[in-house]
Amino acid sequence: MARITAGVGSSHVPLLGVAVDQGKDRDDYFGPIFAGYDWTREWEKETKPDVIVLVYNDHASAFDMKIVPTFAIGCGERYKPADEGWGPRQVPDVEGHPDLAWHIAQSLILDEFDMTIINEMDVDHGLTVPLSMMFDKPAKWPVKVVPLAVNVVTYPVPSGNRCWALGEAVRRAVESFPEDLNVQIWGTGGMSHQLQGPRAGLLNREWDNKFLDMLEADNDDARWIPHIEYLRETGSEGIEMVMWLIMRGALGQKVRRLHRHYHIPCSNTAIGHIVLEPAE
Amino acid sequence: MTQPAKPTQNIHEYLAELEDIPGTRVYTAARARKGYHINQFAMSLMQGDNRERFKADEKAYLDEWPISDEAKAALLKRDYNTLLDLGGNVYFLSKLFSTDGLSFAEAVSTMTDMTFPEYRDMMLAGGRSPEGNRSIKANRAAAGAADTAKDS
Repeated sequence: MARITAGVGSSHVPLLGVAVDQGKDRDDYFGPIFAGYDWTREWEKETKPDVIVLVYNDHASAFDMKIVPTFAIGCGERYKPADEGWGPRQVPDVEGHPDLAWHIAQSLILDEFDMTIINEMDVDHGLTVPLSMMFDKPAKWPVKVVPLAVNVVTYPVPSGNRCWALGEAVRRAVESFPEDLNVQIWGTGGMSHQLQGPRAGLLNREWDNKFLDMLEADNDDARWIPHIEYLRETGSEGIEMVMWLIMRGALGQKVRRLHRHYHIPCSNTAIGHIVLEPAE
Repeated sequence: MTQPAKPTQNIHEYLAELEDIPGTRVYTAARARKGYHINQFAMSLMQGDNRERFKADEKAYLDEWPISDEAKAALLKRDYNTLLDLGGNVYFLSKLFSTDGLSFAEAVSTMTDMTFPEYRDMMLAGGRSPEGNRSIKANRAAAGAADTAKDS
């Protein structure tokens, strides 16, 4: 049987991809950010996951305003890096796992999550930057990926509770897949940042760390944080953190924290990173 | 799965709260509708030949879109705060940042009252504090209380 062995939370700031691609990831500015991922890169090499269910948001790359799916799952064979206006990132194509993805999609729909199915799309920094953070610059990504795209741009975005419940349903879906697979689930985006308006540049170290504490706890209090709290406390784009709740919801009630990292700033954004494993 | 009894969120209260954040335009359905063509115009700049045509004659390219004169003027001036008011969203507008060769941070700084170096320094020093930036109503109440204290 397939099983979810760990959950990873990580920011996905595009500039981190630029830093990797241009070899600046150990300079004075980026060094302290990437140092916090060294542990995880070693751990990923040791634990060798087969598949990542990668929860992320598209930033006006694959989707424009014509279609805005709240939850969408990629069931395709492979995905190319998107051209986000600077030419596509020179990173490997992302290989999908259509059998597992279709299984999860069907299971979620039967579980009353009305998913949008995607067979073809390009993937932007929201998905490729976390891969670079965890795997550096391989010739080929060492994992297959099931992209799970969440609308966190057009309001209302899904509630924290709904995201958490989706994570619980993803776990049931993975555990009912007959093949023996080591699956991780990653929640990406955040942490505090605001990219618009006169309030741009807002960061909140204290709140972000409280959120990380909540993810480590043996309860599901974080699912009840209302949207307005993310907006007030962590900036308009801090709402991306609801995607971390899908990851956390998939891990069960008790978790063990294996690693945690926090750094301010990367461009406009607070960088957060956590590695958890189910403890039941 | 536990589903605690929780009243459905009241949509009017929910939407009203989104308008209570200082210096912020939450991308609500109302803004998404109003700014639809601004954002779709911005998306069109993902394609190289569109970028070239836009750069060659910005006004002529904008005239191909059903965008208001006010929005066209704001786009030509790169007046991003006005564009947010008109329903533009920063992820779409960022296609214009990259067409201009501007970094995200530099473009974002133009929406604040700071120069780019000042903005960069603020970020390096830990970013903008949420203190006093959480609620328009709370700020008004605090200002009112301060005035009352002064008067008494």
